[in-house]
Amino acid sequence: MKPDGKTDGLHLEAISIRLHGRTLLSLSALVRPGDILTVMGPSGSGKSALLAYLGGFLDPVFKASGRISIDGLDLTGIAVEHRRCGMLFQDPLLFPHLSVGGNLLFGLTPSIARRDQRRRMAEQALIDVELEGFFDRDPATLSGGQKARVALQRVMLSAPRFLLLDEPFSKLDTDLRQQTRALIFSRAKSAGLPIVLVTHDRADSDAAGGNVVVIGEESSR
Amino acid sequence: MGRQTEENRPQDRRANVTRRFTVSGFMLALLSLPVLAGLAGTIGPAFGYLPALGGDHVTFDHFADLAAQPHLLRSSLVSLATGLVTTGVSVVMVMLFTAGYAGTRMFSRIQHMVSPLLAVPHAAAAFGLAFLVAPSGLIIRLLSPGLTGYTSPPDWLVPQDPLGLTVMAGLVVKEMPFLFLVTLSALPQVPVAQTRTVTANLGYGRIRGFLIGSWPLLYRQIRLPVFAVLAYAGSVVDVAMILGPALPAPLPVRITGWMADSDLRLRFLASAGAVLQFGLTLMAVALWLIAERVGAFLLRRISGSGIRQPNDQWICRIACAAMAVSAAIVFLGLLVLFLWSIAGLWPFPSLLPDNMTLQSWTRALPQAVTPIVTTIALAGGSATIGLVLAIGLLWQGSLRAGGALRVVLYLPLVVPQLCFVFGLQILWLTLGLDASFPLLLFVHLIFVLPYAVLSLSQPWQALDRRYETVATGLGKSPLQVLLLVRLPMLTRACLTAFAVGFAVSAGLYLPTLLIGAGRIVTITTEAVALSSGGDRRAIGVYALLQTLVPFAGFLIASLVPHLLFRDRRAMRI
Repeated sequence: MKPDGKTDGLHLEAISIRLHGRTLLSLSALVRPGDILTVMGPSGSGKSALLAYLGGFLDPVFKASGRISIDGLDLTGIAVEHRRCGMLFQDPLLFPHLSVGGNLLFGLTPSIARRDQRRRMAEQALIDVELEGFFDRDPATLSGGQKARVALQRVMLSAPRFLLLDEPFSKLDTDLRQQTRALIFSRAKSAGLPIVLVTHDRADSDAAGGNVVVIGEESSR
Repeated sequence: MGRQTEENRPQDRRANVTRRFTVSGFMLALLSLPVLAGLAGTIGPAFGYLPALGGDHVTFDHFADLAAQPHLLRSSLVSLATGLVTTGVSVVMVMLFTAGYAGTRMFSRIQHMVSPLLAVPHAAAAFGLAFLVAPSGLIIRLLSPGLTGYTSPPDWLVPQDPLGLTVMAGLVVKEMPFLFLVTLSALPQVPVAQTRTVTANLGYGRIRGFLIGSWPLLYRQIRLPVFAVLAYAGSVVDVAMILGPALPAPLPVRITGWMADSDLRLRFLASAGAVLQFGLTLMAVALWLIAERVGAFLLRRISGSGIRQPNDQWICRIACAAMAVSAAIVFLGLLVLFLWSIAGLWPFPSLLPDNMTLQSWTRALPQAVTPIVTTIALAGGSATIGLVLAIGLLWQGSLRAGGALRVVLYLPLVVPQLCFVFGLQILWLTLGLDASFPLLLFVHLIFVLPYAVLSLSQPWQALDRRYETVATGLGKSPLQVLLLVRLPMLTRACLTAFAVGFAVSAGLYLPTLLIGAGRIVTITTEAVALSSGGDRRAIGVYALLQTLVPFAGFLIASLVPHLLFRDRRAMRI
């Protein structure tokens, strides 16, 4: 998908994260809309710290520097709740006290104010991922793949600026993982969102097809 | 320990240091000031300083008065022994049972049996026990006249036995469930199952492996509650009034008598007594610390010896039986209370009353309405405020392990109620203020808050923090995340914390008696007041009512989530 002039993607400039004086990782990258940056590394390499820094919820024991910006907007100092980064984790983390529709409405951006319109958008989002009529269902009664799709739509409805994926497929079995992966990538691409994907699964990075950064034991790229 | 702290640490988003200090400082003051002021208000009069009653110079006369009281030593020793024995027996029972059964089906079975016991007020449990073991109690009736040959009640001094053994029993059946539940909430922080695998592979029996591998870590987590039990059991008033020896009564009972006496000059004597009581509690703590050292030394010797003791099933069984019996005593006690409340004529050796009647209920209920309403208002008010404050504290992350607030939180539980509530009352009177509902509510809150926090903090820490990360990532403010995600997901835990606080307030005897000054009465003060009269039918009604009030709280706490989340499977657990 072609950038529409003013969107030029997610800029990560001289990101560096340290813990107790030890540098965990340093990284610079540009992720264009619809592109995927894959960050690979063993556990403990600082992958999660990188995600937390990009998302804006890094534990203060870490010291981080560097600039994060998107489309010319500097995100570095912006609080997590204003940053609008969509996150997907290993688990779908649907709120158990809300219905499927309630979870989607929770995610849907407040800029759409009319109740009936919000409801319609949530229903449409379900139709888009072949979950028509699931609005009033209890999330606990959904299969793993269905939950993953609802979690994806919850994020997409929040009008994120970019997506952060934290091994979002690792708990699904192989078939389902491929389907879900393809779905997430295609929806993010069609929405023109830059994606940062953290994984230790080579198949994920192969499917992503974008740049791959390896951190941890091996030197970064 | 260090590793645990790391794991439990909430991921601060931009730590708002000033706000956190303000809230913590406020809570520190809220909890510690009344205790410290109350202690001062007790110590002053003990040394003769109480201007309102003409005491304006420092003197030791009141301690001399105190020393001249008959049988003072005996009273003191009985209450010191009560504290130490109750705590020792409860801790050992919980320790051995956890050692023998942690992670088994029996463990969760006993857990379900023991949990409701927390809702039974101390006084009601004590009345129940009294009606079981008294010479004309249910146990003797069961055995008579067939086995004992008694056709009239034997002439035993039970429950008022001079050594206070019945008091200790009555306290153990209530404190043991408390320590057990505290242990339960500490268990997830100790890798008990892994340790068991390791020790079992090395050939150690369940109990020995647990004592060496897990108990020291676990005990460190429950140490403050243990001290709370020690202080409470050694200075308890209501249970000692119901089950304790009469002449001389245990020290706390005598002090309470002096405090409530219409002769105001006895306040000086009461203050001196309260200072003595405080000293006794400190002595109990010192003795307990020595016992801890001895225990640690023995444990090192045991683990150094390499003896495996693999066949310990018999100890496990004994521990399990002891837990079950102590729970059964409370339930049976409630049953006897019920029988007495509906008994018509019930001559001695008959196991059941000759006829049943609702007369006791119809006679008692009209007078009980006001105390019940007061109890519910006090308990509801203090539990609501306590829950809100507990949520605020946990939300601010002010309760890190090892923080000052965690210790201060226990202050009202570790300092004997007798020693500071009386001083608070004196201060209040000195200021020329009268017994009032808001003050009583505040004093209840001091006792309710620690339990509300205790009850809520475990599920609070256990909630997957990524739910909040997701919500924040979706653009919700911290307050929205709290109100829309965290609190709804913790509905059950919040309601339980409310119910626990409600039960604590409803069962509170001494603070209600002293601060309410006889003008504000609850169902608990009314029930305990009946103990001297010996009208078993009225006691049955009042003790049951006293149990029903907190029980209703727990019932609501368990039903509401079912109604709210009828269609949410994951919320029902």
